[in-house]
Amino acid sequence: MNPYYFASIALILIGLYAILAKRNVLKMLVGLSIMETGVNLLLISVGYVSGRSAPILSEGITPDRAVDPIPQALVLTAIVIGVATTAMALSVVINLYEKYKTLNVEEIRRLRG
Amino acid sequence: MVKRILAIVFILIIGFWMAKALDQVPFGQDRMLVGKYYLEHVKEETGAVNAVTAVVVNYRGFDTLGEVTVLFIASTGVAALLWRKKRKRTAKTEGSVVLTTGARLLLPFIMLFGVYIFIHGHLTPGGGFPGGATIATAFLFLYLAFTVYEVDHKIFEPLEGLAGVGYVTVGLIGLAIGGYFLFDWIWQTWGIGKENIGRLLSAGFIPIIYTLIGIKVGTELTGIVDNMIKEPEEGGQ
Amino acid sequence: MSDWVAIFIAALMVVSAIFAVEWRDLLAAVVGMAAVSLFASIAFFFLQAPDVAMVEAAIGAALSAAVFIFAINRTERYGSEEEGTGWWVKW
Repeated sequence: MNPYYFASIALILIGLYAILAKRNVLKMLVGLSIMETGVNLLLISVGYVSGRSAPILSEGITPDRAVDPIPQALVLTAIVIGVATTAMALSVVINLYEKYKTLNVEEIRRLRG
Repeated sequence: MVKRILAIVFILIIGFWMAKALDQVPFGQDRMLVGKYYLEHVKEETGAVNAVTAVVVNYRGFDTLGEVTVLFIASTGVAALLWRKKRKRTAKTEGSVVLTTGARLLLPFIMLFGVYIFIHGHLTPGGGFPGGATIATAFLFLYLAFTVYEVDHKIFEPLEGLAGVGYVTVGLIGLAIGGYFLFDWIWQTWGIGKENIGRLLSAGFIPIIYTLIGIKVGTELTGIVDNMIKEPEEGGQ
Repeated sequence: MSDWVAIFIAALMVVSAIFAVEWRDLLAAVVGMAAVSLFASIAFFFLQAPDVAMVEAAIGAALSAAVFIFAINRTERYGSEEEGTGWWVKW
């Protein structure tokens, strides 16, 4: 098994464990961010062709000696959108703390109404 | 405890299924179909040397417009959720001598580096997004070093809006000249810079769009940092 | 030779992610998350993707961690007590 595939699957599973089994809301957001890093790593390692170099066609790099440029264009967009949604989720957490004075998910569920 | 064991079992099942699916995709094989067409025709159709930049701005320019919209909505959402009647900065201790001196000395160089990254987007790796993030990092540096520093909202917010409107205007001019939205009218109709492939003045409207994206991302991320660092005054809500 | 480097970077990434999820001090968890982003940026460089490596280093390692730390400043720093965490994460 390839080290890049193994690392990306391990990151996705560790992030999923943090979302399912932890009780602090900020710890769940750390897990979500780690999961996004794992998915981006998986997308780029699928588009790699061994023996070739970066897709910048300067002197000496002909089009049959470059890796695939399309997964890189996808991941470029995904990273920026990831940080934007993380910032918005953190604003919701700040408002939640000011209203309920705790960050424990079990307590917030009990205080409903 | 039961929740934890159930979570671990569920995760192991998902991991086994994902590993089994990834065995069918061997690492490092040549699987390009659309990528091969893009790599062969990127120099004469767009004029850029960086194939990833040409795909992001020229071949798939509409998706980049969608991403700029998502960033704008997120920045407006943060500003709307954290709005209070009176807000001010509550840092009490100023940074050390190294931090304040370094911030004053390094600020023009960091901004120059950020501007260099997004102007040369079609020649070297980078583009609008890391250039804008570098400019936002320069402003974050100033926020951390001084206790009374604030960016001027009357300059930053109109600049962000104008950059977004500029992107849509470039697309609409392409619709008027060529026939579809985001038509590359500089490269294909006017033909400016066709003998200059590999130098700065080439690649159609890619430098123009990346300049607008760099300004927009830089001011937006600075706005997010500014909204999150201010706290409401005591006794207010 | 490059195979050993890939295995080393992948192992560091997984160990860093496990520490980021398990530490009880939230500031240390954010530093672990920034370390995962940094090692992913090095892995993107070895997979011949320089644009993505620059974006991940500028945005993932610097701005995402900074936004988290501002949120920790306005809430609390130590996570609530979780039962049965284990004897090896008592710091």
